[in-house]
This record gives sequence, structure tokens and C-alpha cells, in this order.
Amino acid sequence: MTILEFTSVVGVVSFVAGLLGSLTGLGGGVVLVPLLTILFHVDIRYAIGASLVSVIATSSGAAAAYVKEGFSNIRIGMFLEIATTIGALFGAFLATRIPTAAIAIVFGLVLLYSAFISRIPRSQTQRNLPPDALATHLRLNGSFPDLEGQRTYNVQRVPSGFSLMFGAGALSGLLGIGSGAVKVLAMDQAMQIPFKVSTTTSNFMIGVTAAASAGVYLSRGYVDPGLVMPVMLGVLAGSLVGSHILVKAETKSLRLVFSLVILVLGLQMLYKGFWGYI
Amino acid sequence: MNASSDAPQPRPPDKKKQSTAGVPQPDSPGEKTRSNWTDYRIEIILGNVLRTGVLLSAAVVLLGAAIYLTRHAHQPADYRIFRGDPSEFRTIPGVIHSVIEGRGRGWIQLGVLLLIATPIARVLFSVAGFVLERDRLYVAFTLIVLAVLLYSLLGSGLTF
Repeated sequence: MTILEFTSVVGVVSFVAGLLGSLTGLGGGVVLVPLLTILFHVDIRYAIGASLVSVIATSSGAAAAYVKEGFSNIRIGMFLEIATTIGALFGAFLATRIPTAAIAIVFGLVLLYSAFISRIPRSQTQRNLPPDALATHLRLNGSFPDLEGQRTYNVQRVPSGFSLMFGAGALSGLLGIGSGAVKVLAMDQAMQIPFKVSTTTSNFMIGVTAAASAGVYLSRGYVDPGLVMPVMLGVLAGSLVGSHILVKAETKSLRLVFSLVILVLGLQMLYKGFWGYI
Repeated sequence: MNASSDAPQPRPPDKKKQSTAGVPQPDSPGEKTRSNWTDYRIEIILGNVLRTGVLLSAAVVLLGAAIYLTRHAHQPADYRIFRGDPSEFRTIPGVIHSVIEGRGRGWIQLGVLLLIATPIARVLFSVAGFVLERDRLYVAFTLIVLAVLLYSLLGSGLTF
């Protein structure tokens, strides 16, 4: 393949990944690395570097639209970013030390988990939980606009949420993804943050988290300009288009198809990792 | 998500409605309300910083792409074997040097550096916001995040 052909095909695939990731809310980054390694036989280290850069672009691009709605909580975001950035730095250093087959296996497991969690409906019931002492001290509790005006919420189990966020950051740094699935676990399940607040706040955090490991990747030569260019521009364009078209009726079946794609890619990554084809 | 986010219109018609929906009513008293309102304003500014940074870096990457593709379109592409980038594309001085030489890949890497700088700028603005709110705890938290980010950029060998 010539550079022109390669750039065009990778650009189109990245556009579709960004579009589907944005429409389904599952993120495009998680499918990029397996697609690049399985379809285009790109070395997983180059793929991770390119995917990480595209994650910064989509997160920062989407955050501007989200903040206007008044859902995200800047204090929760900033407090948890301490955990995610330190985790990301740790993950990026780990990535330069462990064999690529091990990275592929971890990636496969994360894909399977993401496919699984995308099929579980996220609870949107109203819960009136008592305020937690630590969360109150850290001023994490907040409110967001609802149909009946402002709705307040009390954040729970701060230490377990913080630890899970360290893990999410480490996976992001190791695999070059936004690790939305782990963040859902930390914010929805452990900290009991309302769905809309956790989604938008997590999106706000992804860019900062990815920037923490991007420096390490760049200096180790993982960020190849010829590959990053079509991936970053394609994913960014795809996610911008995706955030402007409203296909609410189709989202459900689209989500099912996309999670099946994630499942298949996860099995492929495990296979490649275990049999050393990577 | 919503149509008003697609162009930087100075005052979209639904903006007023949205901001009163997102912000507690100004006449409700209490320190918490005031701090929430400042938070919201800071977030709007941060959102604009992020969008500007992303668009700027995408434009720089596009320029680099144009130069790179006109020069190298018909050479073979091969990413099967990891060699690591040449040093001119993995340090800040190296990137600046190849930008001055007018190399397409240098410009693409400059766009990537701008993209990495965008969330860092966001964190810097947050420090300023929490200083304005006199929230010492969160000034400290934000400075920790900033320190980790700067360590990643400066401590990992990117600057030499």
C-alpha cells in the first residue's frame, strides 16, 4: 500500500469509528487499536500512540458542548483527575516495559468488559442518599438541572471511587483509550453520581488523563506523524458529525451492533495475544 | 447534542434559556449558590479554551498532511515493525527544527503538541478559577494535577 492509499483507508475507518463511538456513547478509541492492528497490521505501539492522540481530540472537542448544559461537576472532575493522571503516567511507563502480547491480552479483556457493561442498562432512578462526611468535606456534592428544576445529589464512597479512577487512568495510559467503561464503574456504581453528571464529567476528564501519558508516548517514539494524521482527523470529524445528527430511534440497534463489534474485536485481541501473533 | 454548539455565534437565541436552566437562580441566597454559579462560568470558559485548542491543532495537522502527502504520496506505507520515530519527531526542539525546515511530519507533530497542550491549558485556567473563588483545597488539588502533567512532558525526555 502506498502512503496515499494507507492514509485514505485509515482516515475513512477512523471516521466511521468516531461516528459510531459518538452516536452510541461508547467512544471510538476502544475499537481503533484493534482495527489498526488486525486490519492494517500496524504494530500495537504505533496504534496505541495514534489512538491516545485521537482520544484527547474527541474529549476536548465534545467537552465544549457538554459544559453548556450544566451537568458536569468541575470539583468531582478535578479531584478524580489526581487519581487518573497519576494512573495514566504509571500505565504509560508500564506500556514501555511489558511485552506487546501482554498488552494485547489486557486490551482483549477490557474490550470484553466494555461490551458486557454496554448491555447493562444504567440506573437512572432517583436516590436520596444521606451526605457522606468525606464527600461533604471535599465539596463534591452538587446539583444539576432536571425537569422539576435543580436536583441535588450526594456523592458516596469517595475512597473506592478514587482507587477505581487510578485503575481507569492506568488502563488509559497502558492502552491509549479513554477507558469510559471503568469510569462508569467508579462514578455510577461506587460513587452513586447521577448518570448525566457522571457521563459529562468523565468526558471532561478524559483529555487531561490522556495528556498525562501522551508526553511519555511521544518521547518514546510511539506517536508516528504519518499514522496519527489520518486517525486523529478521521476520529475528530466522525465524532463532530455524530454529535450533530440526531438518530435517537436508531441508537438502540446501533448500540447493539457496536457492542457486538467490540466483543468480536476483544476475542480477536485475546487470540492474537495468547498465540503471540502480535 | 445541541445545534448551538456548532458555530461560535456570539449570542444564540436559546443561550439565555440554557444558562438560567444550568445556573441556580441568582436571588436564592447562600455561599454554595454563588460558588456553583462561578463554577459554571469557569466551565464555559474552559469549554471554549478546549474547542479553540482542538480546532487550532487540527488545522496545523491538516497543513502538515498537505505537505507530507504531496511529497510522499507514492512511497510505500509500513507500520508492521516498530522502529520508533526518528528523534526529530519525538522531542520538542526536534519538532520545532523540522517545522522550520518546512517538513510535513514536523507540522503534524506540532499539531499533536498543541493538542497535548490544550488540556494542560484547561488545568491552568482551573487553577485561576479556584484562586478567584478562594478555594484553597481545590487550588492545591489542581496544582497536583498540573505537576503530574508537567512531569510527564518535561520528565520523560521530551525536552532534550
